[in-house]
Amino acid sequence: MAQLRLPPTLPPLFPELPRKLDVSAPTVVGALTELDARWPGLMDRLCSHGPTLRPHIHVYVDGKRAALDDAIDERSRIDVIAAISGG
Amino acid sequence: MAKTVLLIGTRKGLFIAESDADRRDWQLRGPYCEGWPVYHAVHDGDSAIYAAAASEWHGSAIWKSTDLGETWTHSSEGLTYDDGRRFSKVSNVSAAHGRVLVGVEAPGVFESTDGGQTFSLKTRLEGQPGWEGWDDPENQPPGHLGMSSIMSDPKSKDHWWAIVQGNSLFETTDDGKTWTPRNRGLRRDWPAEHEEVGFCVHRVAFSPDPQRMYQQNHVGMHRSDDAGATWTEISEGLPSDFGFAAAAHPFDRDVFHVIPLDPLHARTMPEGKACVWRTEDGGSTWQRRDNGLPQHDAYLGVLREGMAMDTYDSPGYYFGTSTGQLFASNDDAASWQEIAGYLPAITSVEVAML
Repeated sequence: MAQLRLPPTLPPLFPELPRKLDVSAPTVVGALTELDARWPGLMDRLCSHGPTLRPHIHVYVDGKRAALDDAIDERSRIDVIAAISGG
Repeated sequence: MAKTVLLIGTRKGLFIAESDADRRDWQLRGPYCEGWPVYHAVHDGDSAIYAAAASEWHGSAIWKSTDLGETWTHSSEGLTYDDGRRFSKVSNVSAAHGRVLVGVEAPGVFESTDGGQTFSLKTRLEGQPGWEGWDDPENQPPGHLGMSSIMSDPKSKDHWWAIVQGNSLFETTDDGKTWTPRNRGLRRDWPAEHEEVGFCVHRVAFSPDPQRMYQQNHVGMHRSDDAGATWTEISEGLPSDFGFAAAAHPFDRDVFHVIPLDPLHARTMPEGKACVWRTEDGGSTWQRRDNGLPQHDAYLGVLREGMAMDTYDSPGYYFGTSTGQLFASNDDAASWQEIAGYLPAITSVEVAML
């Protein structure tokens, strides 16, 4: 199972959504779709129509900037980051 | 005992202030909506609060509470343009006739008929003059609200109004199928490509007489005596023709309130003296109503949704500033009290009598 980490702004929006969880999917978008099935609406908080990642949401796979279609495997670590911005 | 509830949208979430019918003592609580910027929030008059909020990270959603803010849900299902058109924020919300209408940027209106669980595109006002340019980023700076106001007629589901920011006031009488620009007589101090649109309507206020309407425009305060068909400027006697906020009167069609601001970059109350200006003769003459408001070093601004009125026998008025002060009057604008002083920047104020 790949390990996925979410930004701290996300769990307060969905009951019992943890910061870290395991996913089983071939791509980043597959992993997010899997989460959306468990927490409906979660995809909308990270992606806009397309889907495309929202402007201030970045994804890293094993430390490298990734796109939604990038592949992941069972050893991957996926970090979803809310950009440090605002004030 | 009757409860008076203020819904205060701010850059850092929604706050709620509660009082009784006397409106002297207030209890403030919040922030709600996880601190998302709340552009506008309303109570549906029955049991639900709807808040239009847009996070820079997580996008737009309509938040809903059916227990006066104790618990919340949120949804954006269907709140998107399927053709890739830019959807930067939800700007305004109206709840009437058993449905929710949401104004968004780029300009459009979405509708929910299931209590805010799902939404579908209602109208983009297709075909209005210049409509094809509304999505042009050059016409939509970052703070642009798009559809900055939606005003439902409480007596008719088919009749409502919409303001496209920097463009026009529009009216529909067939529930959004067709639209008519309602800008005739408004002043415009800039060139425009189209005669019917290209006006900067900030805020429209409805008097108890359907024929009598008021408007705070980018250039001038205006009155209509024919239900918006034509407008006459009523700015003379005011310290500025610029402002955002406005409120009419629940029982007297000749009473209207505005908060004039310096028109250039500052956009704060002139001379640092906080003041609401009131006319009791439809705009022929104006009076200062500043009793209880700060008269020194008070460089306050109030945004377009930042003023509200209730409908008690002694009407109450409320306005919130872009520096986080919230003022209230419980005596028909004769005097004011500050009921919150350190909120985040206030974007909207609405009142519910429950």
